[in-house]
Amino acid sequence: MSSILPPAEKIWWKQPVDSVEMIWIGFALTWCLIMFFAMPLWHVYGEQNYSGEAYNVLPDQYQARVEQMVQAHTVRHESDQQIPVVRPPAGSDVYLLARLWQWYPILELQKGQTYRLHLSSLDWQHGFSLQPLNVNVQVLPGYDMVLTVTPTESGEFGLVCNEYCGIMHHTMLSKLYVVD
Amino acid sequence: MKPLFRTCPKSGLVLHRDAENLIKANAVAAVVFLAVGGLLGLLVALTRWPSVHLLDAQRFYQVLTGHGVVTLLVWVIFFEIAVLYFCSAVLLRCRLAAPKWGWTAFALMLGGAAIAAVAIVLGGSSVMMTSYVPMPASPLFYLGLILFAVGALIGCFIFLATLVVARDERTYEGSIPLVTFGALTACIIAIFTIASGAIILIPTFLWSVGYISEVDPLMYRVVWWAMGHSSQQINVAAHVSVWYAIAAIVFGARPMSEKVSRGAFVLYILFINLASAHHLLVDPGVGTEWKIFNTSYAMYLAVLASLVHGLTVPGSIEIAQRRKGLNRGLFEWLRKAPWGNPVFSGMFLSLVGFGFIGGISGVVMGVEQINFLVHNTLYVPGHFHGTVALGTTLAFMALSFWLVPILFRRELIWPGLARWQPWLFGVGTALQAFFLMGAGTLGVSRRHWDIAFTDALFDWAYSGLAYTMMALNGMSALMAVAGGLLFVLIMVGTILWGRPSGAPAEYKAERPATLMPAAPEARGHAGIGIGRLVAPGTFALAMFLLVIFVVYYVINYAYLASLWKIS
Repeated sequence: MSSILPPAEKIWWKQPVDSVEMIWIGFALTWCLIMFFAMPLWHVYGEQNYSGEAYNVLPDQYQARVEQMVQAHTVRHESDQQIPVVRPPAGSDVYLLARLWQWYPILELQKGQTYRLHLSSLDWQHGFSLQPLNVNVQVLPGYDMVLTVTPTESGEFGLVCNEYCGIMHHTMLSKLYVVD
Repeated sequence: MKPLFRTCPKSGLVLHRDAENLIKANAVAAVVFLAVGGLLGLLVALTRWPSVHLLDAQRFYQVLTGHGVVTLLVWVIFFEIAVLYFCSAVLLRCRLAAPKWGWTAFALMLGGAAIAAVAIVLGGSSVMMTSYVPMPASPLFYLGLILFAVGALIGCFIFLATLVVARDERTYEGSIPLVTFGALTACIIAIFTIASGAIILIPTFLWSVGYISEVDPLMYRVVWWAMGHSSQQINVAAHVSVWYAIAAIVFGARPMSEKVSRGAFVLYILFINLASAHHLLVDPGVGTEWKIFNTSYAMYLAVLASLVHGLTVPGSIEIAQRRKGLNRGLFEWLRKAPWGNPVFSGMFLSLVGFGFIGGISGVVMGVEQINFLVHNTLYVPGHFHGTVALGTTLAFMALSFWLVPILFRRELIWPGLARWQPWLFGVGTALQAFFLMGAGTLGVSRRHWDIAFTDALFDWAYSGLAYTMMALNGMSALMAVAGGLLFVLIMVGTILWGRPSGAPAEYKAERPATLMPAAPEARGHAGIGIGRLVAPGTFALAMFLLVIFVVYYVINYAYLASLWKIS
């Protein structure tokens, strides 16, 4: 019963340790250290990392940058709301905006090219969830998050909002195209 | 001085009247909120079952907010306050410090929970438990949570004061028991948690009434999660203590070594509160070094602590069983364990479920880069149903089967059904965790009313398998809720119309006999186990867990490597 009684020896840290415990601690600690070092190593050798690049931005500043890109590179419009589909040049800064309850604009990227993808929200918090790849990041108002992305496959991708953003949250759905 | 202590004839526990009443009050409140929270959870699961899709969107988000707040905060913290009082006043045979403050704390928690509940019911606060700014909730919502937290904080200080009283009045000899040590760990984590909650919820409340113009959304997330995640770490420390307590109660088990078990609790105190980072791994504005250091609890040192408890709790049971003669083979001790006793089966299912489902998934999803695949998907609720529902809630249920009859001096009603309760709830919740994680792996978003995206401008279809997972989750939830309901009925029934056990309570002692240390073990651990291993069965199970852990971890990194390049 001694787990609910005072220990037999008052100086409890002098109690001997069974070897089964020591062996297990050895295995467990080794695994913990491997997992710890895997994260910085993936930053060096892995190809899926967020560098942490981000800037403060005011919503109207951000919106202006989005509009500038939309005006320069729109290739067509889609849906009843005529949302522009933008095909920015490879290597450029690409802006995606989240607001209640819409992603704006629709991006069309080229496979194998690298883009600086900016994400920010005009109002509440949103979640960028690219399907079926299942890449998910948080989108905050006031913060311009920059992900350097290189699509490695072409096709039509679903862009879901996966941070709860109010009653019409489930309608906040868009597309992202990658062409060869 | 009025005599205030009674001795329970069956368990030998010495109960202080005020402590007893406060434990009863907090435990009853906990069970009532568990019933409410579980019912709301059922509505959530039925809405997310695509072919049932029970509630409309507005009602769904309202119910989901209620489910989160009631189960993740109110139920567990009420029960934990009861556990803190039990581990101090009852285990140390001493009077509870400042019982009037105990009632104040209880009233504040109840009032706070009620105010938050009213805010949610009125409908202007469907902001989810996390209430991320700048989405506004009614000021009452934040106010209710703040009052609840103040009450819980008072409860923590009463626990600490009771430890001082026990030491001062020498009600026990030697060091505090391991279980009390674990409760002290939970209490320290709780104070950190509540301080973080105050730091963020007070300004947010002031913002909601218009005194502050803006709360930065990223700062909110950093500090809010120092409460939101740490509050779940109170659960971990509390339910691990409950595991040790049940091992002692059911088997007379003693810790394999006090040093290792207590050392593991110290690691919790030092490192487990860094977990706020788990929610910010794919957020802008926090640095990579910060993420790596915090998400790994420094160097996974709190994970190490859980892995240690995962060995020492069943290991202590194995040693106790082997000393009783169940020393054959690897698993005779486990095969011949009292599986029909809900106190044991609940505790053991909680232990296994927490380790294999909640633990492994939690560490893997908390890897900085793997979090890309998991953030805000249903994988997250899958994980924490494995930890909080299967781990904490089931452990607390198991303890209640033992403690409620003692406190209320009544026989447990429906002992035949009680045997099955942990299995219904445990297996149902485990399946839920599994299917939610499956759906999350397939990309399904959490906190989402309609994965068919009705009325959206575009369409997108999750895979058929994802839909199947959601339906299976709904069915598993029915099973878990049946188990939860059975628990609530047995508890309420026992309290109200259980057969009185023994004579009415007599509070005879003014001061109970001093609590003496455990007798030293007669012949150490000699003569049991296989070779040099005293607990070979537990060691084999632990290695099995580690192998699954490693394989699952590697699979996730391998899938990650197949994605687009991101830097």
